[in-house]
Amino acid sequence: MNHTQAETIAEVSWAGGRSPLAVDKKKLGMWLFLLSDSLTFSTLLICYSYLRIASPNWPRPFEFYPAIVKATLMTIILLTSSLTMVLGVHQAHKGNRGSAVKYILLTMLGGILFDIIHISEWVNLIVHEHVTPFSNPWGSPLLGGSFFGFTGLHMLHVTIGVFYLGAIAWGFGKQKFSAVDVEVSGLYWHFVDLVWMFIFPLIYLINVAPR
Amino acid sequence: MTTREEALEQHVPGTTKLFVWVWVALVIMTGLETLLAYEDFALLLMLTLLMGLSVIKTGFILSYFMHLRFERMGLFLVVVPVLVACILVIMAFFYPDSFRLLHMQAR
Repeated sequence: MNHTQAETIAEVSWAGGRSPLAVDKKKLGMWLFLLSDSLTFSTLLICYSYLRIASPNWPRPFEFYPAIVKATLMTIILLTSSLTMVLGVHQAHKGNRGSAVKYILLTMLGGILFDIIHISEWVNLIVHEHVTPFSNPWGSPLLGGSFFGFTGLHMLHVTIGVFYLGAIAWGFGKQKFSAVDVEVSGLYWHFVDLVWMFIFPLIYLINVAPR
Repeated sequence: MTTREEALEQHVPGTTKLFVWVWVALVIMTGLETLLAYEDFALLLMLTLLMGLSVIKTGFILSYFMHLRFERMGLFLVVVPVLVACILVIMAFFYPDSFRLLHMQAR
């Protein structure tokens, strides 16, 4: 390779304007953020699993009805909101703004429903079952802290997601945002759903009260 | 289908039918998980089956809903193997210690 060819290659590589992963910079930024957030949730899950294995008196408090049935309903609501989100992204890329905004609003509704059911579950645990982050009537005191910490962090992500989608729906409807912005918000929403796919079995299903 | 619609179909990956079928598959797997909890199998078996189903569901969501299947391989390689490796390393460091603690508990 002569000097001129090496210089040319160096100029092309460093001249900017290239997209080696063939993705928009906002999309890549969101993927990198989701990578870091995945590690946060993974670490928390592993920490919770560590505590559960190391505690011989870890309680199994969730009755199949209503706790597991409610959690299953929450899972299906979140999955349905993911479907409406991906359909919204699809419509946004096709240029159908009205349809895209409607699907985003449906997704937000799913998120709000999820939060309402989850908060009702928290109220039941705190008021009727006397579970706090520091104590519970059944066994290891770490149950409350890990449960509220984990599900609380996830609920915070869902709530932030609802506001985020609201801003995207408004902006996309007003033609201030592009289809890529809708897709980027979709990535965040699907990530929130994905995290729940691990919380649901590890926090709820593994801790079903024995029959 | 007009030329513009054909061009859009090529540019926009996936179809409504595909996404709905993926959703159906995810809901069925969720139902299976709930059934496993109802049957209340031994802990290790439950954990293996539940984690297996969760990983499959993750694959579906990543591939179809997050469009990773339709992206370049480079993006997949940046996101997935690194994450899996980090999680495995954390697990390898911490899990054996939890079993040691369990056996150290005063009876």
